[in-house]
Amino acid sequence: MHIRPILSAMRRNKVGAFLIALQMALTLAILCNSLFIIEQRLALMARASGVDEDNVFVLTNQWVGTPDDLNARLVGDLAAIRSLPGVVDAYASNSYPLRGGGWSDGVMLALHQVHPITHTTLYFADEHALNTLGAKLIAGRNFSPDEIGTRDRNSPAQPPVVIVTKALADKVFPDGSALGKTIYIEDSPTIIAGIVEKLQTPWVSNNFGEKFPENSLLEPFHYMVSGYHYVVRAQPGQLDAVMKAVQNKLLEINRARVLVKVMTYAEVRAEAYRNSRGLAIILGVVCTALLAVTAFGIVGLTSFWVTQRRRQIGVRRALGATRHAILAYFQTENVIIAAAGAALGVALAVGLNLWMVTSFEMLRIDPVYVLSGAVAVMLLGQFAVLWPALRAASIPPALATRAA
Amino acid sequence: MFRYYVWLALRSLRRNPVLTGLMIVAIGLGIGASMTMLTLFRAMSGDPIPQKSAQLFVPQIDNWGPDQREKSGEPPQTMLTYTDVEALMRAHAAPRQTAMYATGFVITPSDPQQQPFQAEARATYSDFFEMFDVPFKYGSAWGAQGDDSRSDVVVIGKKLNDKLFGGASSIGKTVNLDNRDYRIVGVLDDWSPQPRIYDVMDESFGDAEEIFVPFTVAIDRHLDNWGNNNCASLSDPGWEGHLHSECIWLQFWAELPDAAQVQRYRGMLDSYASEQQHNGRFHWAPLTRLHNAREWMVLQHVVPDESRILLMVSFGFLFVCLVNAVGLMLAKFMGRSAETGVRRALGANRRAVFMQCMVETGVIGLAGGLLGLALTGLGLIGVRAVLDKDMSSLTHLDLVDVVLAVLLAVVAAVLAGIYPTWRATQVQPAWQLKAN
Repeated sequence: MHIRPILSAMRRNKVGAFLIALQMALTLAILCNSLFIIEQRLALMARASGVDEDNVFVLTNQWVGTPDDLNARLVGDLAAIRSLPGVVDAYASNSYPLRGGGWSDGVMLALHQVHPITHTTLYFADEHALNTLGAKLIAGRNFSPDEIGTRDRNSPAQPPVVIVTKALADKVFPDGSALGKTIYIEDSPTIIAGIVEKLQTPWVSNNFGEKFPENSLLEPFHYMVSGYHYVVRAQPGQLDAVMKAVQNKLLEINRARVLVKVMTYAEVRAEAYRNSRGLAIILGVVCTALLAVTAFGIVGLTSFWVTQRRRQIGVRRALGATRHAILAYFQTENVIIAAAGAALGVALAVGLNLWMVTSFEMLRIDPVYVLSGAVAVMLLGQFAVLWPALRAASIPPALATRAA
Repeated sequence: MFRYYVWLALRSLRRNPVLTGLMIVAIGLGIGASMTMLTLFRAMSGDPIPQKSAQLFVPQIDNWGPDQREKSGEPPQTMLTYTDVEALMRAHAAPRQTAMYATGFVITPSDPQQQPFQAEARATYSDFFEMFDVPFKYGSAWGAQGDDSRSDVVVIGKKLNDKLFGGASSIGKTVNLDNRDYRIVGVLDDWSPQPRIYDVMDESFGDAEEIFVPFTVAIDRHLDNWGNNNCASLSDPGWEGHLHSECIWLQFWAELPDAAQVQRYRGMLDSYASEQQHNGRFHWAPLTRLHNAREWMVLQHVVPDESRILLMVSFGFLFVCLVNAVGLMLAKFMGRSAETGVRRALGANRRAVFMQCMVETGVIGLAGGLLGLALTGLGLIGVRAVLDKDMSSLTHLDLVDVVLAVLLAVVAAVLAGIYPTWRATQVQPAWQLKAN
């Protein structure tokens, strides 16, 4: 294939070629940045919470007023829930992974340390919490029943022992010696009695939580406020039935309460990642439309060129050019334009990403994305040009002999 | 003449339906995507009370000291302590001011058939309602004497009034909140500012509370804070300990109608902070800030990054669609060079050719705009389905959006048509006639 005649033909149609190249460049820049964002969001959403999500559900229990016998009511409720058929275990807490709201505090190694080593979420829990969540204890021990105390919203408390996640343990004691060590939470010392493999914080999709997504700490407390959460784990396959049974049971025990936000963990997860998922879907739709518009644009312009050059093509065919040569002509033309567009597009894509890095705290784009985007856009060009090129190739040589 | 051009344009568009269709679809898709995101973005970055937002101010007082400050040296406190709020209320340095926080109740309806239910509430001073231009359907706010007398009064929202009293005036009746009867003094009309300008700390979007109780009553009754609470140091136990702690959990707004009052208020804040330094509470030089509501919404990142990214991507897409349309129009106009040549030879001047092409692009733009409008409607339904429900309350097209969409499409099409039109006017009549 001779490139020179293609280039000289293109020179007579500079603007058309430039428009296609520009369109491909912009498509490439938008496409690979969008795909990069989509991929990042999907990676966020794919992280495990550390909870047996298939079998756990949560509900918020809000008492009417603030009863004096809160702890007795809470303990009674839990005993009743645990004795229901199909229930594996249950506990009460101030928050749970992916909830979106909860407690956090700095972790220190000495009293009145000015800057904490890291932050962690605080979950109030009892000896049933690990079994309910399905969290795996990898070192040390669970809470014992006699360690469980109470705490209210506004008073600091000193837990004798705590259970931490491996992520938190490794952060505070990078040499892996966390078990049995003393740390300071809320300015008071406590001992790490157990380490669980994984348990995410309540904040998985905001800037606040991104800094410590798996730093969780369980304190052996029942939380004495009028609104708190019950977390319940059902036997496999019995979640729906257990959800109904638990609500009925709680209302049977005492009607002076409201049960709100009764949610399976699938719902909790969907809620937590709703905007990430939404962003990924919308970007996906826009990218598809973008590819379609660009492809049809190429089809439209190339068809026009074919129509414009019908006679010349006829002449070439009459002079001995094969159908294949005509097809190759238009495809090569497209490759040249697309390559120019891709080169510009790679620069645009990287520029756009760098700008987003500074304005949205986004990560640097992986060059693999940009390069595969470039390949994709060039393939798109070849695909789009195929139909008009085939039409061109089917122009009969006899056309040359006819008067225009 | 204009009507003739429109007629010509329609004929020409019909003659080449594929090219025409591609152009209209490209512009329609571009407009649909960008208008969907623009509608969302406009709603998110909107100002629900433009007449007041420049006069409502949020003070910041650094009560934690240099160790806790942002890297930029700005105070990290987005709320205030009870101590500071009390002092600011007592100072009464603005014509209107209010402290407030988010709380909630279980409402037990008087009708035993109805189940108790949970409702979010706001503890605030009576000035709140006038400061934020809150409309009343029945009754009024509890007034300064309600703040002072600490009586169990309440203002309820329209929805709650509909639910409990079937929409009739409930002034003077009581509502049972957490086992205590509160006398209703006011019922709001429909009110749902988006963003929730008065409190963008917890939820920036979503419904306003349905219950408003006097701040003083809420403090007396130890009503729990349902919003954020940030402590930099440990506090003494119990409610009293919480009130006297350095925990920040209260919002504060001051209405300052002119620059002189703003200046005076800044001075008052600084002298208050120095006083706290003198009496030993702060061990650092005063650091205070005073931002108006608009600045505050920007500082608090009310518009999430997601929405900015989508807006950018969608306008990038619109731009691609326009480049696409330029190419297609160029093809179309150049494709009828011969015809243009004949028209020019028959006496049409460049201006006439220019007008004809521009009218044609305008018609394409209009068609693309209408398609884009339909797609925007669909897009918003889609966005509502996939985004947070609080955000989806923002996805309504108003008249401005409709006009904007059509205008944007026509302007975009005409812009895209300028170069192809110019090329068309450059057609030499003699050349074209000779070639034929």
